[in-house]
Amino acid sequence: MKAGTKFALGAILIVGSVGYLMASGIKQTGQYFLTPSELAQRASVDPTFYDLGMKVGARVVPGTVQKEIATQTLRFHITDGTVSYPVIYKGLPPDTFTDSAEVVVEGRLEKDGVIHATDVLAKCGSRYEAVPKA
Amino acid sequence: MTLLGYFSLWLALVVGLWGAITGFVGGAQGRADLQQSARHATFALFGALLIAVISLEVAIFRHDFSVQYVASRTSRNLPTFYLWSALYSGQEGSLLFWAAVLSLFAALTQLLTGGRYRVYLPYVAAVTSLVASFFVSVMLFAANPFQRLAFTPMDGQGMNPQLQNPGMVFHPPMLYLGYISITIPFAFAIAALLTKKLDTEWMVAVRKWTIVSWLFLSIGLLIGMWWAYVELGWGGYWAWDPVENAALLPWLVMTAYLHSVMIQEKRGMLKKWNLALILGAWVLSIFGTFLTRSGVIASVHSFTESPVGYYFLFFLVAATAATAVLYVTRLPLLQAEATLESMVSREASFLFNNLLLIGLAFSVLWGTLFPIISEAVVGVKITYGPPTFNFVNIPLGLTLLLMTGIGPLIAWRRASTANLRRQFAVPVTVGVFALLILLVGGMRDGWALVAFSLGAFVVGTVVQEFARGARARNRQYGEALPLAVLQLLSRNRRRYGGYIVHIGIVLLFVGFAGMAFKTETEATLRPGESAELSARDGHVYTFTHLGISQYNALNRQVTAALLDVRRDGKEIGRLRTEKRQHVDALGNRTFEPSTEVGIMSGLRVDLYVVLAGLVNGTEQAVFRFTINPLVWWVWFGGFVLVIGGLIVLWPGGAPVALKGSRASHVQAGYAVKLEAER
Repeated sequence: MKAGTKFALGAILIVGSVGYLMASGIKQTGQYFLTPSELAQRASVDPTFYDLGMKVGARVVPGTVQKEIATQTLRFHITDGTVSYPVIYKGLPPDTFTDSAEVVVEGRLEKDGVIHATDVLAKCGSRYEAVPKA
Repeated sequence: MTLLGYFSLWLALVVGLWGAITGFVGGAQGRADLQQSARHATFALFGALLIAVISLEVAIFRHDFSVQYVASRTSRNLPTFYLWSALYSGQEGSLLFWAAVLSLFAALTQLLTGGRYRVYLPYVAAVTSLVASFFVSVMLFAANPFQRLAFTPMDGQGMNPQLQNPGMVFHPPMLYLGYISITIPFAFAIAALLTKKLDTEWMVAVRKWTIVSWLFLSIGLLIGMWWAYVELGWGGYWAWDPVENAALLPWLVMTAYLHSVMIQEKRGMLKKWNLALILGAWVLSIFGTFLTRSGVIASVHSFTESPVGYYFLFFLVAATAATAVLYVTRLPLLQAEATLESMVSREASFLFNNLLLIGLAFSVLWGTLFPIISEAVVGVKITYGPPTFNFVNIPLGLTLLLMTGIGPLIAWRRASTANLRRQFAVPVTVGVFALLILLVGGMRDGWALVAFSLGAFVVGTVVQEFARGARARNRQYGEALPLAVLQLLSRNRRRYGGYIVHIGIVLLFVGFAGMAFKTETEATLRPGESAELSARDGHVYTFTHLGISQYNALNRQVTAALLDVRRDGKEIGRLRTEKRQHVDALGNRTFEPSTEVGIMSGLRVDLYVVLAGLVNGTEQAVFRFTINPLVWWVWFGGFVLVIGGLIVLWPGGAPVALKGSRASHVQAGYAVKLEAER
């Protein structure tokens, strides 16, 4: 076999592995990223959407945030303007979490209709834009 | 002053367009007067943009809150240290900073490029002027930094506290310098395509510019990681956020180029590939700017959706299309002078290294865009989060680490079995030995074991190279070994500086692998109470809450907690972590409270403590304790990498042997003198 052919085989092997890794990576670790409306719509037709790990991007409803420092529990509601969900999160919220922040909530929607979050990300004041005064 | 600044932006647009037109026309028609005019236009462009930058800085330092940009980014009580960095802390100002730095690089290129490369200069002036004009036009039509408010507020809104960190003064400029300077190799590439002078020499000339970009980008990325680590308080330094990825992409592509260009120099192969890498790195830098400015990708960094995104999208599409057309029409001129002779050769191993780097870049790009792609294709956004990135990129990264060791050991053209045995015996032994020691020591984490033993293997290869080179000098010139090592470094900076970069990469991987052994706990403590946390190396750390103090500082109210730290019962020091509530000059609260992380950094572990809050205003406080093993090695590895890069960049040393070169070509690599070269 010529060196060029061998190299082509090696190249295909590398490209193939990259593709395989990406495909199986998404299969094993990818999650749905939904708005509350999309989540409500999907959950109403497909009950398997309960207890499925996912991320929900929305805005915190002002005035709904309850922090219990002692038990490190955070309760709040999120909304995209049409549908809203209560969220419960055990852990410390990031600094950028405010009562009107845009957040990404990672967790499960359980049968009680509450999103049990395992992680809460708040959009941080970026390097580019200052967060407007709350 | 703002009027002057605004006026100079218009001047910059006119001069920039003039430079683009005269450069292209003058180059195409060979008219010396137009070429001269294009050259002067780059200097005038720099002058105009410098005036604009000074105008904005004057407005910032004078607290001229009638300017919207100044009012929304700064305040009277902002420490002077951070005032200057307000220039690039917002959309409008950072566009100005970008354009000004590009014009500086463009002017330097015109001044410092000598001899045989002058033929490219009119086109280089045209390309840099055109790109700068684009940035200026975005400012003039969509994001004017000199926009005035209808009224003058008493005080500005202040700078986001998370930006008030020394990282802010260094990280964005470094990253920008790296990003922006990619335009210079790109401009040379376009010039070479247009003039059809596509010999290898021009590539050697722009190689130094590429190293400059690569180095600045490396420094920018590393400082950004450090900043995220000390400021954001989540305990990590890399989250595969779109903004981070946008900077990593051109870095990966340039790393690939810096390796594959050697094959073109030595063997006259890969001409098409190398050109494509340079063009691609630049397109990715514009793409990254588009991503970070447009808000199309959900990121933890918030971006105002603004018309700026459309400008960048248009520019990206137009520039990519024009570049691709030009590239394709010139492909017939880019024939390889040699073919691959053997799979077991330096060429082949570099090719695989390139494929891996580009594969890595592709997976990062794909992952960054995946939410959009999946929404378009299957109608629902699917995340491609850190777990997915790690799943894909850890194996690729480790394979690349393996190639880092293999590449330099294999002979050019065709390696013999004897050559392989001679080169690999010692390093492989070192790697296997390291693996056995770790296994006996009880380490069971698969990826970390692979990372550490591959790291040992690569260090083995580098030490072997240095030892052989030094021994040869010792025999030949009778130099003592330490002197011989220094001579090696200074005589062949590119090769041995490159090896030092490899050591830096190994140390980075060691630091990355350390994160596999992270441990974490949260606790609510009254003064006097303690929390315990065991590190994976068997030590137990005890943190005792000593008490809370509250006081006012320059522009903030501080709540600080002091902790006593013991390792296995023995006191090793104290940690302090703060919650800061920033206030304006009148004492009103601005922004949300921010965290100052308490970090005790060591060679083995970092102790990382965050004060989450106080319980109902008492001294009872909630803490998060994290033990991050080996993080120190990330920063040290980054330092070594930068030193290696500087050694490569330093002028002088042995000339590069070019394929088919005549003596006159020998100095080719040094024809482009850079300000970084002092």
